[in-house]
Amino acid sequence: MRKRRFWMMWVGYLGAAALWYGSVKWLPLDSFRRLPDPITVIAEWLSPNPTFGVSAFTHPYYMHILYSTYRATAAFLLAVLLGVPLGICMGWSKSFHGYASALLGLLRPIPPLAWVPLAILLFSGVESAVIFVTFLVAFFATTLNTVVGVRSIDQDYFRAAACLGASRRDLLFDVVIPGALPSIFTGLQIAMGAAWFSLAAGEMIAAQYGLGFLIMESYNLIQFPTIVIAMATLGIIGFLSSALIRWLGTRLMRWREQSLGLAG
Amino acid sequence: MAVAATQFASPHLSTQTSAGGCLSIRGVCKTYDPHGACVEALKDCSLEIDAGAFVAIVGPSGCGKSTLLNMIAGFDTVSSGQIYMDGRLLAAPDLPPRAGPDRVVVFQNGALFPWKTVLENVSYGPVRQRTLTRKQAEKKAVELLRACKLDAVAGAYPAQLSSGMQRRVEIARALMNEPRVLLLDEPFRAMDSVSKTTMHRHLLDMYRMSRKTILFITHDLEEAIYLADSVIVMTTRPAMIKLVISVKLQRPRHPRILFSREYLELKREAAESVHEEARKAFERGEREQA
Amino acid sequence: MRKTTAPSSKLSSRLAALTFPAFRLHTWRVNWRGAVSVGGFLLLWELLVRFGGGGFEGIPTLAQVLSTFWNKYLTSDRYWQSWLVSFERVGYGFSLAQLLGIPLGLLLGTRRVFHEVVYPLVELLRPIPPLAWVPLSILFWPTAELSIIFITFIGPFFIIVINVHDAVRSLRKEHLWLARSLGATRGYAFRRIILPALIPSIAVGMTLGIAVSWNVVIAAEMIASDVGLGRLTWEGYVSHTATTVIVGMISIGLAGYLSALVVSYAERRLMPWHKVT
Repeated sequence: MRKRRFWMMWVGYLGAAALWYGSVKWLPLDSFRRLPDPITVIAEWLSPNPTFGVSAFTHPYYMHILYSTYRATAAFLLAVLLGVPLGICMGWSKSFHGYASALLGLLRPIPPLAWVPLAILLFSGVESAVIFVTFLVAFFATTLNTVVGVRSIDQDYFRAAACLGASRRDLLFDVVIPGALPSIFTGLQIAMGAAWFSLAAGEMIAAQYGLGFLIMESYNLIQFPTIVIAMATLGIIGFLSSALIRWLGTRLMRWREQSLGLAG
Repeated sequence: MAVAATQFASPHLSTQTSAGGCLSIRGVCKTYDPHGACVEALKDCSLEIDAGAFVAIVGPSGCGKSTLLNMIAGFDTVSSGQIYMDGRLLAAPDLPPRAGPDRVVVFQNGALFPWKTVLENVSYGPVRQRTLTRKQAEKKAVELLRACKLDAVAGAYPAQLSSGMQRRVEIARALMNEPRVLLLDEPFRAMDSVSKTTMHRHLLDMYRMSRKTILFITHDLEEAIYLADSVIVMTTRPAMIKLVISVKLQRPRHPRILFSREYLELKREAAESVHEEARKAFERGEREQA
Repeated sequence: MRKTTAPSSKLSSRLAALTFPAFRLHTWRVNWRGAVSVGGFLLLWELLVRFGGGGFEGIPTLAQVLSTFWNKYLTSDRYWQSWLVSFERVGYGFSLAQLLGIPLGLLLGTRRVFHEVVYPLVELLRPIPPLAWVPLSILFWPTAELSIIFITFIGPFFIIVINVHDAVRSLRKEHLWLARSLGATRGYAFRRIILPALIPSIAVGMTLGIAVSWNVVIAAEMIASDVGLGRLTWEGYVSHTATTVIVGMISIGLAGYLSALVVSYAERRLMPWHKVT
């Protein structure tokens, strides 16, 4: 069964690649002619001496990856450091939630990318502006999921802890944080994905170096295969970073592993 | 329909007298005020519960039994009336509610911390109250678990246990704190009848060994009569004490008494009241407690 | 074990909570604390512009923004045309995403072979940021308009496909068996059981999708167009006119909020029993 799925998956990939190749090479439509075909892209990606200067073997490729990763990580960490505590406060205290939710609700409808121009003006520097916009997206995602996580904790846990002598501080570490952790990690995954989306856009609009920038630059310099290489790399890194967070979550929350009950 | 203060004597005094746990509930009322609509949940409840007594409270779902328990436990304020424990004022209208380890609750759906192991759960109380160090608490917890025959699962997480075992662990966790009163809020409600029978046996064993004052809330009249010394029947909202039944069956209780004449007599005495209230609640379309 | 903290209740429902605006028109209670914090925010804005140096130098105060808006933009044809253009793009892209995405999701969820072949492809393409498609889109599509609509399509497309697919997968088999045993034909089962069960997931997908569409159209316009709200904002940036930038941002936010309201209204009509968080 599993083997079959494995093979079917490759049927899909190869089929799509063939379709892509075929339509680029043979379809008599201009639109398709202009696209790069998969063979060229892969050849370029894996060649030690690529035509356009960027491949898995060249230095600039990894430099772009590094820049993007650095920005994404910085923005993400900042979002977590600010968002989780804020979310906990908002979820736990009704009055705090009253203050904060209106403000967040005001700023949230503005699409993150619309902040880019203002951020550049405010931060008088493109690097900080791009990180800021990425941070915003991740921040909203983290905060909201933390709030949901705290609020979804069954009241009985709080009561039980109170019965057993827990102080307010104890409640925070014994009930609130572990109880909200699953939701927080869901939020972190979402935040990471959204951060990458936002970062790519920010880089495309206004940065130097980075994968988003690489996409725009290769487009402007008519280096089309490189566009696809950069896109694919973005996808892979985005996927890996989400997977990393998910893995971290599973490790921290061992108690969620359900095994069949022992004889009751 | 007010009920005067009633005396419940525990049928025997075992060699082990329990340390306190005498509850005095005087004229307690509870009104909720959601969006301006005044809802009277509990009206004029008065009870005297002796130390070491096993008292069951029966009533239709959602009538306010849990409200009373919440006030004794310190989760909720009292609208009027007072609650005393061993002479000390526990709850009054202007007193902020405070929960504590002298009245531990075992919850309906279980409130073992899922992110802590069984051992950590059970040793939680004394560690937090700073009465024992972690090492001491864990040692004591292991002993307690052994006495309850739960030592095999000390390192497991609650999710890995059956609901019966979870409930037993929760009771053990409560007992670790040597409470004066043990409050059980429909603890076996969500269990199948076989597990329930096993749990009854465990609970009765525990009661026999420790003689704590137990307040047991249930909607199941049979369970109440089987387990308790006194059964209190409550009306639908606003909940008042309708009937008090003294259960003079011999201890230790054994499943065979379920077929004895005395048991059936008691059941007959109470059943009509209970069913009448249940019918009233049903007609009013009262929502079941979650 | 009790079901309390359960984020296995789909990622997407959680995402939807992110984008649904915090204000709701039918709550009549005024959030006084909220008013305080918003007021505080505006005050801070005012103070920073007056006294904060550095980056805040070119920034206008709220009063300046409002007066500029009243004088310059309210009556400007170009401004309202930008609204129209951006709305159109989002409208086309979003609707197309639903029209194509829902059937695809259904196919993926119901036909096993199709799923095995196509789903890995979807998983592969999904993490690619929508904006990263811009250059390819420009290359491929003959007109700039089409390329932008393609971008607004891609974002919500993957979201709705995943949502519908997950919903079909988690349909309770018992419902279908019951229908079958009561004599329902395949078509009937499809129309009366599968489709209605999908509505909540579709609603979540739409809420998320509309937010993504707006996010993306703005950026796409900044990069590759000469009209639209995103372009307007960009021009403000290029000409160092912070007022325009802020007017643009507020307009975009408002437009996004309005679209979300439309979607949530549709959601409530389709699912009167569903309590929207």
